[in-house]
Amino acid sequence: MMRLLIVAAAASLLVACGEKPQTATGARSDAPAYTGTGKPYAEKGWKQGDKASWESQLKARGANGQNEYQRTN
Amino acid sequence: MARMKFICDAERCIECNGCVTACKNEHEVPWGVNRRRVVTLNDGIPGEKSVSVACMHCSDAPCMAVCPVNCFYRTDEGVVLHDKDVCIGCGYCSYACPFGAPQFPAQGTFGVRGKMDKCTFCAGGPEANGSQAEFEKYGRNRLAEGKLPVCAEMCSTKALLAGDGDMVADIFRTRVLKRGKGAEVWGWGTAYGSRQAGQPAKAPEGAKS
Repeated sequence: MMRLLIVAAAASLLVACGEKPQTATGARSDAPAYTGTGKPYAEKGWKQGDKASWESQLKARGANGQNEYQRTN
Repeated sequence: MARMKFICDAERCIECNGCVTACKNEHEVPWGVNRRRVVTLNDGIPGEKSVSVACMHCSDAPCMAVCPVNCFYRTDEGVVLHDKDVCIGCGYCSYACPFGAPQFPAQGTFGVRGKMDKCTFCAGGPEANGSQAEFEKYGRNRLAEGKLPVCAEMCSTKALLAGDGDMVADIFRTRVLKRGKGAEVWGWGTAYGSRQAGQPAKAPEGAKS
């Protein structure tokens, strides 16, 4: 009986020792956008994972879609 | 590539709120949260000016500086993003941001004020690119699909420009040169005074600087 009480008391005292650490880790790292989504919804005209082609795709899309002087002249 | 940037041409914005609607639709933004909004100065008075405002993805972002749990990060393209799994919804970023970009949903994990939500430049978050988890927390990742932010892409007057900073600056510079005005809307002259902005270039005689 005494042993049982000791075990129960020890268990109740050590409960807090099982607590998970709550240290702040900051934001997780993010995959670069040029790596793509691996899905077919991506715009054609660039290769997913190729940074140079992704950059040229965005520049071309931005210039062609937003600069009407370039489109009309 | 330079940094990703937004710019809104106040000479062109017609306050249609199409950018706001497109953003809410694209990312399924909940009620009460507006990642983008249109601000009109001198509303109703001839000559009123409207500007579409969202997170400006600052180079030295005050939200990042004040966040107590360091949930913000900046991508290689200069897009300021945050990790909602780390955010504690304290609201410090909201007070620090000069554009009112951080938004807090009324219903969520924290009850009254949920985790912060803001414009992602359509670049998602730290979850896997294009994943369901990323969409549910941050919206669509259009950059990873080779597309630009939907607000700018669907702007009917092309007032709102987005993309590589060099490209955006080239477009805006061309417009200003063609129409002969507009540069006074932004920049050093507006902030500190210049003849171009309709202000005296130097302090009046006898004034102390």
